Amino acid sequence: MRVGEIVTAGFLALLSLYLMWKSTELPVGYIAGQGPGGGAWPFWLSGIMLICCGFTAFNWWRENTPASRSDAPLLDAYGWKMLLFVGGGIIGFVALVSIISMYGAIAVFLFYYMWFLGRHSLWLSLLIALVTPIAMFFFFEGAMRITMPSGLPFTDPVFNVLYDIIY
Amino acid sequence: MEVLSLLADGMLLSLQPLNLMMILIGVTVGLFIGAMPGLGSVNGVAILLPVTFLVPPGSAIIFLAAIYYGAMYGGAISSITLGIPGASTAVATTFDGRPLARQGKASLALVTAALASFVGGTVANILFTLFAPILATVALSFGPPEVFALMLLAFATFVGLGGDDIPKTVFSICFGLVLGAVGFDQISGAPRLVLFDYNGFLQGIGFLVLAIGVYGIGEMFWTIEQTRGDVTTTTPKMTAKGMAADTKEATKRGWKGTMIGSFLGFFVGILPAAGATPGSLMSYGVAKMVSRRPAEFGKGHPDGVAAPEAANNSASTGSMLPMLTLGIPGSPTTAILLGGMVIWGLVPGPRLFVDETEFVWGLIGSFYISNLAAVLMNLAFIPVFIWMLRMPFTILAPMIFVLSIAGGYAATRDMFDIWLMVGFGLGAFFLRKFDYPLAPAVLAIVLGPIAEPTLRQSLLLSSGDPSIFFTRPVAGPITIIALILIFLPGIKLVRRMRDKRKEPA
Repeated sequence: MRVGEIVTAGFLALLSLYLMWKSTELPVGYIAGQGPGGGAWPFWLSGIMLICCGFTAFNWWRENTPASRSDAPLLDAYGWKMLLFVGGGIIGFVALVSIISMYGAIAVFLFYYMWFLGRHSLWLSLLIALVTPIAMFFFFEGAMRITMPSGLPFTDPVFNVLYDIIY
Repeated sequence: MEVLSLLADGMLLSLQPLNLMMILIGVTVGLFIGAMPGLGSVNGVAILLPVTFLVPPGSAIIFLAAIYYGAMYGGAISSITLGIPGASTAVATTFDGRPLARQGKASLALVTAALASFVGGTVANILFTLFAPILATVALSFGPPEVFALMLLAFATFVGLGGDDIPKTVFSICFGLVLGAVGFDQISGAPRLVLFDYNGFLQGIGFLVLAIGVYGIGEMFWTIEQTRGDVTTTTPKMTAKGMAADTKEATKRGWKGTMIGSFLGFFVGILPAAGATPGSLMSYGVAKMVSRRPAEFGKGHPDGVAAPEAANNSASTGSMLPMLTLGIPGSPTTAILLGGMVIWGLVPGPRLFVDETEFVWGLIGSFYISNLAAVLMNLAFIPVFIWMLRMPFTILAPMIFVLSIAGGYAATRDMFDIWLMVGFGLGAFFLRKFDYPLAPAVLAIVLGPIAEPTLRQSLLLSSGDPSIFFTRPVAGPITIIALILIFLPGIKLVRRMRDKRKEPA
């Protein structure tokens, strides 16, 4: 944790510097007759962020914060595994949206999570994975008139059937 | 007396069968729309606006106001049960609502939220009825320096929310404000902070993207990692006796927050640029400040749920005031209501109270009836809402992820925002590991787009002289109070460190 805190502060300091530099694409000073330039607000706020990172580094050096005094690892084996399986599952879910549609991706993600990670029975996992996206379709597309991504053209026959029901 | 007679007429009008039906349907629909992460009153009102053309204007506005009420009540439900604020107005509700739900007191949190919302709505309705024209004039006297001073006061309350690590809290506030500045410069219209020159950033970073990322995805990672996936399911009291006990406890431990939220929320709500979000946040901050046990805030104090909930309900009624009396909408939802009124042939403004007496008082009467209907509906549905918490965590967790992604898309309609949301979720998980408070960033991204233009307009008015924030009669005291609140925790911390050093080892 101790190393992680200073690395995070360093990363955030670099981010602050990047934001300051990016803000200078617009004027950051006071323009007579126009007021503060368009870049002034983010520039000075990013400057304060940089100063805060400096204070965090000072607190780290003085071991004032719990993280700076801790020798525990940032994540243990379970934490990394969780991040890989759950985080990876979510990234896979979002990536699938543009291929098999939002509803298809929901079905795959729910099944993956409940059957593979949650160790629920195959039937329960399948039931929830199929009923939830269908219910969400009728809520979003039917009741709320919000169109979700429908994926690649091969999903059209399924959507045509569903749209025939609501329109 | 004339006001009371007009109000009685208005109430009778809103109790007519058609109007009463509109209220009941509107409140129920609003409650469920508000409870969905990503959807709020603005979605409900916008989607159902065309339906209102089928009924007379009086019934139409009553229907939309009832949706607005229902959604304000519903916003607390996802904050408490799922830990995801469905709208910016319900962010502060998560601070204590979610911890209460985790302790198995979801029912107490939901009852507190419902009762506080009811009291907030009632106080606001009374203030609205009695002082509408006077308050509209006060609201109009708020220029850019006053609004910026108010925003500064809201930021000052963030410092108190963030805990002891002040540099990390200030970082979080500034980070939220910078994220709010991404997209276009509001005044010149020039592209600004288009990060890595990626065009997706041109449309800016919305509040919901950060809020769902932090509270939906990041919070779930945190919960799974901290509890090893073995989340203790709550044992909610679903009996009448349990609800009665919760009502008693909510009244006993949440009354102070309710009172603060009711009055402060209304006052902030009537200001055209402010609205329910700063109102709920400031109420939370003030309730924590005046509490005898401020350390319990953030860990599950009923006052921490009552203050923001009373405030956001009170502010939503308050925001109707500038809309009706001046024709200035105080929030996106009231902007749509205003549009509806124009379509129905009504002209909002000072003449509305004179020319359309029946319409105005019918609407005000419906506020009272809607508020009562909303609290009854909300209390009746509490067992349904807490039933969700009894689901095994391995079913609830993927459902929350799905609601976060689908709800986030429904609000922004952009896959880039969904990727950003996932990125914010992962970032929030790691930042939380190092005790960076993230609530201030989420709230700052909402208030940034209000604060920046008012600061720039104020400095333009004063030719760059910042003393404008100290010399004006209303802005001056607010700015001074805000600065005291900002520097007070720092002074306290330095004093504490000095005392520590003086102590013999």
